Amino acid sequence: MQKILTRHFDQADSHRLATYLKDKGYEGARKALTQMTPVQIIEEIKKSYLRGLGGAGFATGMKWGFIPKDNPKPKYLVVNADEGEPGTFKDKYILEQDPHALLEGIIITCYTIGSHKAYVYIRGEYLRSIQRLQGAIDEAYKQGFLGKGIMGTTFDLDVVIHQGAGAYICGEETALLESLEGKKGFPRLKPPFPAVVGLFGCPTVINNVETLACVAPIILNGSEWFFKLGYGNQGGNRIFCVSGHVNKPGIYELSAGTTLREIIYEHAGGIRDGRKLKAVIPGGISAPILTEKEIDVKMDFDSLKTAGTMAGSGGIIVMDDSTCMVWAAMVAARFFGHESCGQCSPCREGSGWVYRNVHRIYGGHGRPVDLANLPGIIGNIGGNTICAFGDAVTMSVGSYVAKFRSEFEYHVQEKKCNVVLNLQGVAS
Amino acid sequence: MPKLTIDGKQIEVQAGTTIIQAADKLGINIPRYCYHPALPVAGNCRICMVEVEKQPKLQIACYTPVAEGMVVKTNSPRAIEAHKSVLEFLLVNHPVDCPVCDQAGECKLQDYYMEHGQYNSRLVDVKVKKEKKAFSIGPTVMLDQERCILCTRCVRFADNITKTSEFGVFDRGDHSQLDVYPGRQLDNNYSGNVVDICPVGALTDKDFRFKCRVWYLEPTRSVCPGCSMGCNITVEWDKSRPHQNKKARVMRLKPRLNPDVNNYWMCDVGRYNYPFIDENRVLFPQYKGEPVSWDQAIGTVVQTINAVKKSARLDRIGVLASAQLTNEDLFAVRKFFKDTLKVSQVDFKVSEKPGHNDDFLLKADRNPNTAGAQVILGQGADANEIIQKATQGELDLLYVFGHDLVKLCGKETVEQISQKVKLLVFEGSNVNDTCGFAHVILPGAVYAEKDGTFTNCQQRVQRILPAFPPLGEAKVDWEILSLISEKLGTPIKYKKSQDIFKDIAKTIDAFSEMSYEKIADQGMTAKK
Repeated sequence: MQKILTRHFDQADSHRLATYLKDKGYEGARKALTQMTPVQIIEEIKKSYLRGLGGAGFATGMKWGFIPKDNPKPKYLVVNADEGEPGTFKDKYILEQDPHALLEGIIITCYTIGSHKAYVYIRGEYLRSIQRLQGAIDEAYKQGFLGKGIMGTTFDLDVVIHQGAGAYICGEETALLESLEGKKGFPRLKPPFPAVVGLFGCPTVINNVETLACVAPIILNGSEWFFKLGYGNQGGNRIFCVSGHVNKPGIYELSAGTTLREIIYEHAGGIRDGRKLKAVIPGGISAPILTEKEIDVKMDFDSLKTAGTMAGSGGIIVMDDSTCMVWAAMVAARFFGHESCGQCSPCREGSGWVYRNVHRIYGGHGRPVDLANLPGIIGNIGGNTICAFGDAVTMSVGSYVAKFRSEFEYHVQEKKCNVVLNLQGVAS
Repeated sequence: MPKLTIDGKQIEVQAGTTIIQAADKLGINIPRYCYHPALPVAGNCRICMVEVEKQPKLQIACYTPVAEGMVVKTNSPRAIEAHKSVLEFLLVNHPVDCPVCDQAGECKLQDYYMEHGQYNSRLVDVKVKKEKKAFSIGPTVMLDQERCILCTRCVRFADNITKTSEFGVFDRGDHSQLDVYPGRQLDNNYSGNVVDICPVGALTDKDFRFKCRVWYLEPTRSVCPGCSMGCNITVEWDKSRPHQNKKARVMRLKPRLNPDVNNYWMCDVGRYNYPFIDENRVLFPQYKGEPVSWDQAIGTVVQTINAVKKSARLDRIGVLASAQLTNEDLFAVRKFFKDTLKVSQVDFKVSEKPGHNDDFLLKADRNPNTAGAQVILGQGADANEIIQKATQGELDLLYVFGHDLVKLCGKETVEQISQKVKLLVFEGSNVNDTCGFAHVILPGAVYAEKDGTFTNCQQRVQRILPAFPPLGEAKVDWEILSLISEKLGTPIKYKKSQDIFKDIAKTIDAFSEMSYEKIADQGMTAKK
């Protein structure tokens, strides 16, 4: 299994430029800047089938191609490092262990889209990530990889770090732009899309950290190599973040075509204490939950979509049979209720309402009518809001109710939990 | 120009028009909270969702541009379900305190509930408690955060129209709260407008709160007399409960849409300038401080005029008309004094101290009809000269329309005038210090009691309608002049204000193409 994204993680001082340079560091950028045209680079990225690894899975090459050529305004690259999806901690590792991999990707991307300024919007709590990336930026400036006339070419680029202030919604790309502009993080109405009207009203590409970290290896090793690492319409590997009731939680860089069963049982060491798997969230808390019968699915974007869920951010949350699914739904609903930006009425009022409803059922105060109403209330949010947050509430919380309805019914009828070994009290 | 179909009705509109705008043109009412035609689109309330053929998701009508061949359904089962669900969401944390809410009766939550309500409520949870209820956010407006549906109309008004940015939405999710920024107050000359655009009872007007339920109000089309801008308004008055509010009839003024003048807005100077309609009025004719009949009062005036006529010294009559009068009143002044009596000393430009102005609606000239007075009375005499002459005893009759000469030239001067002239006539609607020195006081009507027109600073002639008859024994100014002229034996013969306006159109070139029908409710610009 060839590693791309985590290839330096086991080296001492992997975040230092000296370490990075030992392994063809910045050769990809040099090749792009000196031997390739932007059109060639976009072609190469398209052929690599690199897809947006922040969670949406949009084709990266196509996204870059949306930047208008004849627009006289400055172009921007904004790096989404606001990693806030519960269950996800991959970008944090890249930023801390291999920040130059991101920087090299930034240089190539900016050269391709004609941008001379890149903003990296980092989650505020990621202090070490911020320190490490700033250290890498300083090293890169000193080395002539950033600033004026990069690597002896006429290409200039500045990279600026912006620290987020703790709102999940600021990971939504247009809310991120608003936040970066100094406003409240409210997702924007679309169209126009950021490629046309983005940061400060200028054409903007927004890419996730992991996506950009793939760019230099693609340029260096070719799109075919990258494409073959992946599966179906998705090239390359992904960093899967496994958390929950497994023996070996952590990050695993694997091909996009790996099955969920392999990840849980082969890589993450199976379920803790020899217990039975009950459910898995395959791509961060927004992704609909899968039952233990549904884990033979491959982890690429398209396969998971066909399975009725989504690859999302690659955050795999594993739950064993000690988990009450009403409680799990309540935790998810509480998160959404807490993080809804409050812009659209269905999501603002609905997410809190769903939480209070599930909370009541969990606490043994639910009436049959509460459970009867719940799917309808949840369903009224999704598809009716400006951004995908509302869809996430509907799909995520809705999936618990649909797939584990008997547990909800038990709570309503018996006014108690039917999970025999109840450990969730510890976690909450 | 794209053609589209909304609910089976076809329409062709300009490219870039949104579905809601096209529907408005067809008279199809799509529900809305955050959408306001004069503000940038926010798209956050989501109640205007409609079904667009070939689109899997419902679309918000306020933001979706029309396209050729588009087929829109605003009342399909899916669209109606969406309207109902959004309304339900908006009520999840709404206090539903309609019985004590001033907005009741003109609340969009109530209005849409009639159509899109669930009726069988499923809201059993405890509501999110918000901080501020009945909280003063400035000199004129009260905030109730619980009633707020966070449509951000007020935020966008302050950001885009007044550019004062007092409002923000604080916190997140269902704990979001509308408020003014810390240390700020909503204190600009256009604050009252946020109450108008607030679709619910979150922002209420301190001036109006708990005075009157809105269903008791009658609206009358009018024009603000507060300055020369002539903002279009409705006078809202309570006809059925005269025992309330110190027997005042007018409860509030509201702006009325006129894209060429004030759009949807009016300033606070104009908005709160209505108590004079019911307060401090001249209620009956007086002679030397004693109430007299109209006959006696007019008889006195006529006697003096006849004496002057006999002596053929018409230069011993001075008239101080006013730009507060309607075009019709002013034309009667012209017809009676200038054309019939041949008095030349008629002026309206009494040098008042101008008010402050801003770069939006409020003008320094606080008269609604300066432009009209200029056209109708023309140049010639000078008000200061007339006052000067009166002081020096060179006038027998000084006829004052509403002006407070005491405020203008001081008590001593007016006292002197009252001693030197044979007759000082005050014709006006409200009592002022000059009344104490006038020999004859004739009670005039206020604008809300008049049918007529004002000409604003854009030379736009705009109609005002009478909300109710004049208070007490007061009469409309042109009627008073009509009575005097009749008694003099030279009647100006007007039965209603429209007769005068027809005469104005015949006589004055600038008005030549106008009629009440053409002026209608949006006004008409006078010819140069």
